[in-house]
Amino acid sequence: MLLEIKELKAGYGEIQALFGVELSLEEGSTLALIGANGAGKSSLLRCITGLIRPTGGQILYNKKNIAAYRPYDISAMGIAMVPEGRRLFPSLTVEENLIMGQCNKREQEWTLERVYDLFPPLKGFRKRMGTELSGGQQQMVAVGRALMSNPRLLLCDELSLGLAPVVIKDIYRTLETVTKTGLSLIIVEQDINQAIAASNSFLCIREGEIVLSGTRENADRNLIAKAYFGN
Amino acid sequence: MPDTPQVKSSFSWQIKKPIAGPIILALAAVFCAVFPLFGSTGTLRLMNEIMALMIMAQAWNLLAGFTGFVSIGQQAFIGIGAYGLFVTSIETGLNPFAAVFLGGLAAAVVGILSAPALFRLRGPYFAIGTWVLAELFRIVILNTQKFGSGSGLTLARVIKTIPREYRTSGTYWVALFLTVFTIFLVYFLLRSRFGLAVRTVRDNEASAESVGVNILRIKFIVFIISAFLTGCAGAISYLNTMFINPYATFSVEWSALLIFVVIIGGIGTIEGPFIGVLFYFFLRETLSDFGTWYIIALGLVAIAMMLFVPNGLWGMVSKRFNINLFPTGATVVMKKG
Amino acid sequence: MIAWIDTLIQGVLLGGFFALSGLGLSLSFGIMHIVNIAHGDFLVVAAYLCLVICGLFGLNPLLAIIIVIPLMFLFGYALQKTILNKGVDGGELSPLLITFGLSIILHNLLQEFFSADAKSLDVGAFEVASLNIGPLHIGWLPITILVTTLVVYYILHQIMESTKFGMIVRATVDDPEITSLMGVDTKKINCLGMGLSMTIVGIAGTLFGIKSSFFPLAGGLQLLFAFEAVIIGGMGSIWGTLLGGMSLGIAQTIGYRIGSGWGEFAGHLVFFLFLLLKPSGLLSKETQHA
Repeated sequence: MLLEIKELKAGYGEIQALFGVELSLEEGSTLALIGANGAGKSSLLRCITGLIRPTGGQILYNKKNIAAYRPYDISAMGIAMVPEGRRLFPSLTVEENLIMGQCNKREQEWTLERVYDLFPPLKGFRKRMGTELSGGQQQMVAVGRALMSNPRLLLCDELSLGLAPVVIKDIYRTLETVTKTGLSLIIVEQDINQAIAASNSFLCIREGEIVLSGTRENADRNLIAKAYFGN
Repeated sequence: MPDTPQVKSSFSWQIKKPIAGPIILALAAVFCAVFPLFGSTGTLRLMNEIMALMIMAQAWNLLAGFTGFVSIGQQAFIGIGAYGLFVTSIETGLNPFAAVFLGGLAAAVVGILSAPALFRLRGPYFAIGTWVLAELFRIVILNTQKFGSGSGLTLARVIKTIPREYRTSGTYWVALFLTVFTIFLVYFLLRSRFGLAVRTVRDNEASAESVGVNILRIKFIVFIISAFLTGCAGAISYLNTMFINPYATFSVEWSALLIFVVIIGGIGTIEGPFIGVLFYFFLRETLSDFGTWYIIALGLVAIAMMLFVPNGLWGMVSKRFNINLFPTGATVVMKKG
Repeated sequence: MIAWIDTLIQGVLLGGFFALSGLGLSLSFGIMHIVNIAHGDFLVVAAYLCLVICGLFGLNPLLAIIIVIPLMFLFGYALQKTILNKGVDGGELSPLLITFGLSIILHNLLQEFFSADAKSLDVGAFEVASLNIGPLHIGWLPITILVTTLVVYYILHQIMESTKFGMIVRATVDDPEITSLMGVDTKKINCLGMGLSMTIVGIAGTLFGIKSSFFPLAGGLQLLFAFEAVIIGGMGSIWGTLLGGMSLGIAQTIGYRIGSGWGEFAGHLVFFLFLLLKPSGLLSKETQHA
């Protein structure tokens, strides 16, 4: 198991967001996290990356509990995130944004060249500020930036938010080619169909708890809808 | 709160009924009222000093603790209050005890005039802006003969017109009146509808705006009240010493002192400044043989409090024993549902 | 006419110093979001530090600056690491109050160790030597200060725009959370940022001690001047601070010409006018990126 989460509890100040979440992910596989707004998906990702510190439970990555680790240490261990809303650095150029990914000093696998090969449109915008690009191109930079940190596990938060369907398809297709190299993926989406189609298995989260799990093959629309919206 | 509040619980909220606070305060007021009967002139002076600092601390606390507006230029209002008193009673022969309130008014007027510029500054910038204001007035006084320029003014001639036995006790009564007035004013302000609005501004400007609270007006009113009280306290403070000069009166050390006092006692509570003021005078009187080390000690304690006990001494006590003498905050009551 | 040209030149020269000291303040706000109330006091501390070093090794202050700089860098780094990084979690007002506390402690410590008497750093004849162009007398010392300021601005600009460290700093300013996800310990960046700010304070403090006498309480006014330079120039813009410093210098010199006691007053007044009429300053962050 690359990632195993047990009894995870977390929250913001006095508001608890996660109530004992369980999750496991095999190396090289893709997991979809689905759930409505505020269900706890983003909180879960923030816990894994160390942005919020869990109040209970374990996050075993490579059999090591990383629940109390700092974000930069977790990054150095090979977990990267494409954050919701892309969040490029506005005062950095596209290329600088990509180079920022290498700050964790992991062994070089990904280079600027490889990212440009993966997302050819970016090559022409190297010296432009990241925020001058279109939404889809910005998302490519965000994915590229995460890949530049040479992750073993990549977390993608709401990749499709605000993007045209064609662009979404494109980005997911690219991600598929990347996963063939053995990269593990957790994708968070509100678009259930998109998410399940792109992954091996899925978890449905509601009010901070896992309420349904399954694989792509046995995904039952009715069950999912029920789990998604509650009773 | 024994339970961690959870998403699934329901809320209700209430303002606690005050009992202990006003009773203790009434007892304290009775003690203070009879105090001049047995206190010496020296202890009366000390009491005046304590009460002046108490008023200043409450005024700063009202501004910072309840609206989030941090000023480190309170010496502007202290100085204007003090100079207001000195100049009016020297020039017009007005009774200096009555002139205390004129000093406060002068400070309030300066507050009204400077607010349009200062309110353009946010957070830390507001803090330094108020300090610049104090500097402006210091320089004006330094360059004005009538205000005694750099050498200052003395009340010696004015005070001769007042019978000896009232000289210190007169100041004492004014100070006592203003202290009680300040505490009740702050207390009732915060328990009123206005107080609820003030706290909303502190906690979240955006949501305050959305429920129709006029943030700027609230801030303005609190700022002026605070300026008035600080001006009065400054006037009392220098009425007590009879001598004034622009360097000491407009010194930033004033702000430092009253901020330390509030932070150590507990920001955002009425009890906090009490405890903080007592702590300061305790420190000063016990370390008086060691020069300025008591200020250094006070600063160190304040920094440590800021880092490790942001709720101050009173916050520690009230949490430990669950007491609240002046319940001004609406407490959220959680019910498991 | 000549008198006004002279005033303008003196103003720009004086402004050079404000711009330098303002740069240190601007950095600590821009990078760490800390409004360092003790900024002026650190300037004074640097001057005293230089005084001690000169006394110990018999050095000229302009040489001793080489020792002052690394010491101030280390001091800034340590200060951020031990105290300020912990305070940052409590919002932006917590570091303000902490540095205010530090300021008062420094006042009293300096008074305990060096007495309240004014001191100065002696550079001999250089202090009064001047360049004479016709009727104008321009002191070599103010010229040196202005040139130093410009050099420091240039170097800082190069660091920010052309080095990896500068890139990481800009990223941290943009979005500290995402920067930490990139494997950067942003608290360490804050420490280096404060070190950098204090390096500039070290340079400015030494020059301050050479150009005027100093005493334990001298820092307060220096903070206000630096602050006014930053606000007049526009928050968050490094080049704005340079212009802001110049404007403040010119305002003060004009004030001094009107009456010897009114120089600072004129500066404060210009500051308030800016707040009322152009609160975003000369160059605000929206229009200019440093």
